Order: sequence, then structure tokens, then C-alpha cells
Amino acid sequence: MADVKKMATREGYGKALVDLGREHDDIVVLDADLAGSTKTGMFGKAYPDRFFNCGIAEGNMMSVAAGLASTGLTPFASSFAMFASGRAYEQIRNSIGYPMLNVKIGASHGGMSVGEDGASHQCCEDFALMRSIPGMVVICPADGIEAEAATKAAYEYKGPVYLRMGRLAVPLFHEEGFTFRIGKGEIMREGNDIAIIANGLMVYEAIQAGEKLAELGINARIINMSTIKPLDEELVLKAAKECGKIITCEEHSVIGGLGEAVCSFLSETCPTPVKRIGVNDQFGFSGPAAEVLKAFGLCADHIVEVTKEFLGK
Amino acid sequence: MTTQEIKQLSILACKVRMGIIESTHAAKCGHPGGSMSATEMFTYLYNKELNVDPTNPKWEDRDRFVLSKGHCAPGLYAALAHRGFFPVEDLIQLRKVGSYLQGHPNMNTVPGVDMSTGSLGQGISTACGMALSAKVRGKDYRVYTLLGDGETQEGQVWEACMFAAHYKLDNLVIIIDNNGLQIDGDVTKVMNPYPYKDKLEGFGFHVEAINGHDFNEIEAALNTARTVKGKPTAIVMSTVKGKDVSFMENNAGWHGVAPNDAQYEQAMAELNQKLNELEGM
Repeated sequence: MADVKKMATREGYGKALVDLGREHDDIVVLDADLAGSTKTGMFGKAYPDRFFNCGIAEGNMMSVAAGLASTGLTPFASSFAMFASGRAYEQIRNSIGYPMLNVKIGASHGGMSVGEDGASHQCCEDFALMRSIPGMVVICPADGIEAEAATKAAYEYKGPVYLRMGRLAVPLFHEEGFTFRIGKGEIMREGNDIAIIANGLMVYEAIQAGEKLAELGINARIINMSTIKPLDEELVLKAAKECGKIITCEEHSVIGGLGEAVCSFLSETCPTPVKRIGVNDQFGFSGPAAEVLKAFGLCADHIVEVTKEFLGK
Repeated sequence: MTTQEIKQLSILACKVRMGIIESTHAAKCGHPGGSMSATEMFTYLYNKELNVDPTNPKWEDRDRFVLSKGHCAPGLYAALAHRGFFPVEDLIQLRKVGSYLQGHPNMNTVPGVDMSTGSLGQGISTACGMALSAKVRGKDYRVYTLLGDGETQEGQVWEACMFAAHYKLDNLVIIIDNNGLQIDGDVTKVMNPYPYKDKLEGFGFHVEAINGHDFNEIEAALNTARTVKGKPTAIVMSTVKGKDVSFMENNAGWHGVAPNDAQYEQAMAELNQKLNELEGM
């Protein structure tokens, strides 16, 4: 797989903003001194009159975005996931969520794959925080192309959206021109022995795991569930009924994220055994992203092991 | 302003205060103290300053007002009702189940409310966003926001001030209702926010210090704000919490407590007497 083309999801976000800015003059972009990292700098360079650096003041930025949206503009506000969803949680909840304002939050550097910066920046709580806000759409795209498409879909959707992107360049497996549909999962591989539902960079790991499992005679259904809220309940229910067992994979705490969303839904509709792969109520640590991910079991090999054990094979 | 205009505004202000007493009494809770310290400002803004249309509250080019100290909704609602945004009789529905008059302002349910507020420090930032939007789109509407003095203890207020000056939001006026009291007592004892003038000038504002119960001073400060270019204006107004009801004045205890039946009767008697005096002038 050495020659597989890679791109970070944040790169796709930055590209999409530039495209959107060309077509729509209602788009404004805000950042909190991380424009180079979140990739909003690409928009800032192309449309300096519609790009506003807010300095290192994420709370103010989110409320400013709310004010902009209240007048009919469509603001995209960006920072790292930790500071967007964590520092500014209450501003998002009260200034954006409660009035249902049309603000898009582009949060980069989510999860453990931040790597060397360590625990203070490895946000694994953002799905939980954002899911808990009524009406908030929560999306974590799996590759750069999907991130680009998801950003464009977020623009078309009227209402608050939280987009979580990663720092790390990850393999591209979507076709150029892919159309993103909010709230719709995507079957990456068919199979009926078990369903593996993943999002973010764990989707590629799940696909890899699916190939290894096939060699062992296990046909896993691999699902990319990039929209965590609203959850594609139809697809989850079908997977539960047809596969009987489910594994969820996410670069997030097992508390409050995709795994818990799947479990909550199934426990009320179709009780199904589920194993959640994610961060087990722990803080991260510094190191190269690949090594940190491996240490937390966020890799294909661990998915294979969990699957074998789950199926008693 | 003519004596007649001041008289009319004073009568309206008295009626707004009655609305505050009536609504908080009916709700058995709410925030009368800070609503009454800002009553002259609410009254002036909605009747003399703001370019708004009660028959078309969402008019795109209207001036905006954000009540950053959202707990003073009773004052805002009474001013909006007396300006014709909704019936004055509805004020007693404040805080009731099913009422559009939520405990803190909701822009999606109350005609004339431009932003949902209640969590302190956030309203001023949303006002910055509205003012920035006017700059981006070349519109000439103006944006006003009212903060409590206790509210200025929130760090976000100063983030917003930095932002307003950085982007030269001369279409923005922030008003600080300096009644000197917050829930736990004297602002200087809880967490001293002074000196305002030096702080705000340091942050890049033009600053006006006025008596917040004097319509002439309010008018002069807001008129000056219109002439200030390249920077935002801050109006720091000295006020009396619970103004015009004797037992509520300068008493932090009336921050978030409603009058009981006996207190309601006394408050309304005092305000009615004041109204009669004004109307007899």
C-alpha cells in the first residue's frame, strides 16, 4: 500500500472552502490563529475580504459567527477540535445551537492522530459534546475527498454543523466528484458475518481489516458512518439484523461517540451484541501519530483481533 | 430634546417599569433590578434611536439591539411591547409554560428580539458579528448591545472588545449599565471591574460616561457615537438598580427576585403616583 495517494481531511475542508467561496458570496470564514493548520488560510488567501482572524479567542469567535449568521451570512468557524468543541462548548450551545443559527464549525486536529502535541491537544470528546446539543449535525469524514464533499453538503444544509477533521494525511479511497449526503452511511464492503461501523481515519483501517478477515474466511460488512448525528438508523438496523454482531471504530472516546450512538439506537430497537473500539476513558500521549494510534488499538490489526475474539474464531 | 419630548419619554419609561413589575410579579420570579436601572436606555433606544419597524421585525436593514445581559428580559420585553412589537397585555405571560416570552430572550419566539441571550459575555460577541456583517455587505445599519457591569467580569467581553476595535466596528455601540451591584453584592467587592474608561480606551474604544437616567445625556452620547469613525463607542452609564421603586433602589437583593403581592401593590402605587405627576406636568 506504499503508493496509495494520501490527503488529510483538513486539506479537503480547505479546498472546499475555496470552491464554495468562488460560488457563494455569503460565505465568510473565521479562524482563531490556526489558519495554516486548519487550512482556512487557503480561503483567506483567495478571499481576504471575507476572512477574519479572531485571534486566540475561540469563545468570542463562535459568538461572532452566530451574529454573522443572524444577518444571513454563512460563517465557517475553525480551530482545533479541542478548542472549538471544548473551550467554546458553551458558546456553541447557547449562541449557535439554541437559536439554531446557520454556523458551520470546521474543527481540525481531532483525535489521537494529532500525535506529538500530546494529550492537551488530542481531543477525543468532541463527538460527545457536540452530539449532546439539540439540532447539531456531527460529521467526521474518512478521507480528503469525502471531507471536501461533506464541507459542501454542510454549506447546502441550513443549520448548525460540526465537521471534525484530522491532522494526519490518510489514504484516499473515495472517487473524485463523490457526493456527500448528510445522515447517510456508506457500505464499503459487503458481508454478513459481522458489521464493522467506523468513521474518520478508522474507516480505512476497517477496510484493511475487512480484507485480512476475508483471508481468514470472515466476511465483514464495512460501513463508513461519517455522519454521527443524525445517525443512519436504517443502515445500522439492517446491519444488525443481517450480521447479528457489530463492532464500532472511532478515533474518539468510547463514551459518547459513534459507538454509543449505535448502542443507544440498537438497545431500543433491535438489541444486538456490540463491541466498541475507541479510546477507553483515557488521555493520550506524545508520539508519532501511527505509533500513538497503534498503542490505543486504533488500527486494522486490532480490529481483526477484536473481530476474531467476538466471533469466537 | 424639548421638554415635551422628555416628558413623553419619561411617561413611557414609567410604563416600562410598570411592565417590569407586572411581569415579574405574575411570573413570581425574574430580574427587576437591572431591568429598571436600564429602563431609560431601553425606552430611548426603541423610541428615538433604533431604526426598526414593529410591523416587520425581521427587516433586513434594521438596526440591531442585543441584550447581552439577557436576564434583564423583563425590561426589554416591556420596551418592545410599548413600541408595538407585541401586546402589552402579554407581558404577564413572562416565564410561563408555553409562553413566547421566555425567561431570557429568544430570537425565534419574541418579535423584535435580534439575538437569543442569557449566558453572560456572549451577546456582545454576537453584536460584533452583526456589525462586521454590515461592513462586509456595505450596509449602514447600526448595532447596539447592553451589558451589565457584573457581566464585564466575563473574559469573553474583553475578547469581543479587542475584536470590535481590531475590525474598526464604528457601527457598534456597547452600553454598560453600571448600577454597581451584582447578585452577590457590590461589584467592587465581588470582583472589581473598574476603571472602565481607562480599560475601554486602552482597548481602542471611544468612551462616553453618562447618567443613565438622563434622556439628554443618553441622546448626546448616542449622537456622538454616530460621529465617531474608525473605532467602536462604549457608553458607561451610571444607574440605580431598582430605580423608581423605593424599596428596590440600590439593593442587590432585587437582582433576581420578584415582588410578592404586598410589594407589588406598593411598587405599582409608587409608579402610578410618578405617572400621575408626569402626566400632570
